[in-house]
Amino acid sequence: MSKRHASIYWTGFTVITVLLVIAPLVLPEFWRRFLTEILIWGLLAMSSDLLIGYTGMVSFGHSAFFGLGMYGAAAAILTVRPPNIWLAILYGLGASAAVALFVAYFSTRLRDIYFAITTLIFSQIFYVIIFTWTEVTGGENGLTFSRPAFGIPGVWTVPFTSTTLHWFVLAFVTASYLILRRITQSPFGMVLQSIRENEARTRAIGYPVERYKIVAVMLSGLFAGLAGVLYAVQNRFAAPDFVYFLISGEAVIFNVMGGIGTLVGPIFGAAFFLLLREAFSRFLTEYYLIPVGVIFILMVIFLPQGLFGFAKRWLNR
Amino acid sequence: MEIPWDLILIQTVNGIVTGMILALVASGLTLIFGIMDVVNFAHGELFMLGAYMGVIVLTTTGSFWLALILASFIVALIGAALQVTTLRPLLGRDPLNTILATFGISLVLQNYALWQFGPVARKIQEPFTGQFTLFYLQYPWYRIVIAALSAAIIGGLYLFLKYGRYGIWIRATTQDRVMAQAMGIPVPWVHTAVFAIGAGMAAASGVLFGPLVGVSHIMGLDWVLKAFIVVVVGGMGNLGGSIAAAIFISLLEAYASIWVSPAQSVIVSSIVLILTLLFRPTGLFVPTPK
Amino acid sequence: MTQPGTATVPLVKVEDIHTYYGKSHILHGVSLEVGAGEVVGLLGRNGVGKSTTLKSIMGLVSPSEGKVTFQGQPITGQPPHKLARLGIGYVPEDRRIFKLLTVMENLRTGLDRAGVSDARKQALLDKVYAYFPVLAERRSQAGGTLSGGEQQMLAIARAMMLEPRIILLDEPTEGLMPRMVSQIRQIIEVLHKEGVAILLVEQNVPLTLEASQRIYFMEKGAVRHHAAASQLTVNDPVIHQYLGV
Repeated sequence: MSKRHASIYWTGFTVITVLLVIAPLVLPEFWRRFLTEILIWGLLAMSSDLLIGYTGMVSFGHSAFFGLGMYGAAAAILTVRPPNIWLAILYGLGASAAVALFVAYFSTRLRDIYFAITTLIFSQIFYVIIFTWTEVTGGENGLTFSRPAFGIPGVWTVPFTSTTLHWFVLAFVTASYLILRRITQSPFGMVLQSIRENEARTRAIGYPVERYKIVAVMLSGLFAGLAGVLYAVQNRFAAPDFVYFLISGEAVIFNVMGGIGTLVGPIFGAAFFLLLREAFSRFLTEYYLIPVGVIFILMVIFLPQGLFGFAKRWLNR
Repeated sequence: MEIPWDLILIQTVNGIVTGMILALVASGLTLIFGIMDVVNFAHGELFMLGAYMGVIVLTTTGSFWLALILASFIVALIGAALQVTTLRPLLGRDPLNTILATFGISLVLQNYALWQFGPVARKIQEPFTGQFTLFYLQYPWYRIVIAALSAAIIGGLYLFLKYGRYGIWIRATTQDRVMAQAMGIPVPWVHTAVFAIGAGMAAASGVLFGPLVGVSHIMGLDWVLKAFIVVVVGGMGNLGGSIAAAIFISLLEAYASIWVSPAQSVIVSSIVLILTLLFRPTGLFVPTPK
Repeated sequence: MTQPGTATVPLVKVEDIHTYYGKSHILHGVSLEVGAGEVVGLLGRNGVGKSTTLKSIMGLVSPSEGKVTFQGQPITGQPPHKLARLGIGYVPEDRRIFKLLTVMENLRTGLDRAGVSDARKQALLDKVYAYFPVLAERRSQAGGTLSGGEQQMLAIARAMMLEPRIILLDEPTEGLMPRMVSQIRQIIEVLHKEGVAILLVEQNVPLTLEASQRIYFMEKGAVRHHAAASQLTVNDPVIHQYLGV
């Protein structure tokens, strides 16, 4: 990356981060929470971009990773006393990693549509299991719990406020972005992109394509699970709705709207979608998905590279 | 454990009935995929729209048959319109685009139905009541009729493809889109027609299935998943395979639901899918390519 | 040397077309023309752009620059199904018959056109079965079960069903036994007698010299030379220049 490019990029990055840090101090409560939610969904979308944008694998399985992250966190908070936020994160990541490994093992040997459908089916399998295993997962109603405090239980804790929670989420999302960026620019990431461009050739050169794909799915699952943990901590519940494949569909929508293969585009895609939804639901109550859906379809036809697609090469240097 | 023969018998017939309807839905889906490589996520919603059209026609005219015919026809037209406006511009692009576009369409249609018809499920009256004796049990007539109708429609499609003049066009386009064009076949319109036929078939299934379950705006979701499983297990683009797979999976689920709840019997079809993908990825009923 | 057809409008005229496959610049300004009823050969080494030229005429790929006209009307980049109906037949390099359709059904894809009476359809069929008796024998067999030579016959017969003014023939004798090659030679002669123009892409030089009236030579994506067939022999240095290894 050239010096000039680097300075523009990092300046932009710093500006945006600073804005996000200041934002909760000036925004009213509702919008504070809204911004935090955008970050969380943005993280989910980013995790999905690793697969769609960089490896060329369209996955509808992210709802399983996200959902298991939620339930993992719930498990930690409900079973371990005192509730420990770090344990929640650990459990959540563990659960989503396990699910990701499971899904990856079965689906990565399939290409394209078959991969997409299989990941979708897996989401549904987990949905059904969670929905019906009421004793453990709370079934249809899910699980509710209180928000664990920040700090180390037993040593020092301070409860979250919506502002401090926002900073907590921001820290994790920013760190995730930087890590994912590092990954996509590493030799590993280059192989992934080579797989996206021409899988047969990558395989012919000698790379064990399946293994790379499995790792990609697991990494993607980890970050999606993290998003799930953060969502659970923010909203204090875990529900089967979030394991339903529609959540994966929304993640893909954020990706397309924001621009696949840009990492930062999907975050803006999530913001765009959520803002549209908020705006339309003020006028149209529950049927906001009709105009939002139409906008999405129009974008697929006329703006397939997404909002940030034009900057794709620039963002990846 | 005592074997519940009664239940097994009833479930066999139920499985076949549901299987035929599922076959009707899946045939449309596999036809669309086979000819234009489009994974139609909105197929379940076309099914749902058909059911709602059926409800409307039924309440205004009182005739089940009219409902069946009109609903299929109207939804076929809607399907054609959708294909021309949203799918034609995407021709030649990455298949991801059509998946996304049809996903978007499904969201819009679902919420449109919610808006127009409300969240409460509707009922389609059975076309006729009356049961007959199946061995030593009572079984409702209309279910058999529905299965027979589904079979008839699929049979009609098969005959049309094999012997109709436009059937040759469709088959030629499915095999080699480019050469079909070079022979003067107006391929863009063939695509539209096939999409419309698929949509019509989905709608017919919706009307036929209506009496068995309630008609609601979310009825399409589960069906689209099942239909996809059927299409993959049967071999994408393979009409006969889809029918066999539909009956096979429906029977398995029907038997499974004797012992587990219906929600969980869905896992059965998922397992079949996974096994198929692992061992016979081109389709369970398709000879493995040499 | 005067080109026939310069006084009247040529049947097909290709003017300086450039065609790309993705980023690859395949045709660098190809120009040629075919008069009504003429057999014109297009020779050149593999990969020089001969097939791409035919595809550019047929609308299977769209030239990014340049013009193609048919009977004076511009047809550049129009969809192939319109051109087929206008009267351009296409027989591709790998035959590409519909393998799962029967021989009869293959023919019907070209036969089933609006405005053609049943009598005329039957006459067309009879004619084609007379020229290709083996197709008559195998009329109910699936196209994929035919031998290579028979598939080539079918591909040509199928194009004839369109009653075209010109047929674009891409390497019809590739991979065929000598007996079949001479059958192809005869078919070209018959079509020529019926007034059908042919643009013949070939690697078989003697056949092309015999069958064609004029020959274009292509190299590196453009037409570099043009001569009357009567003025060329097999050992001509020109042949060696554009086709030799």
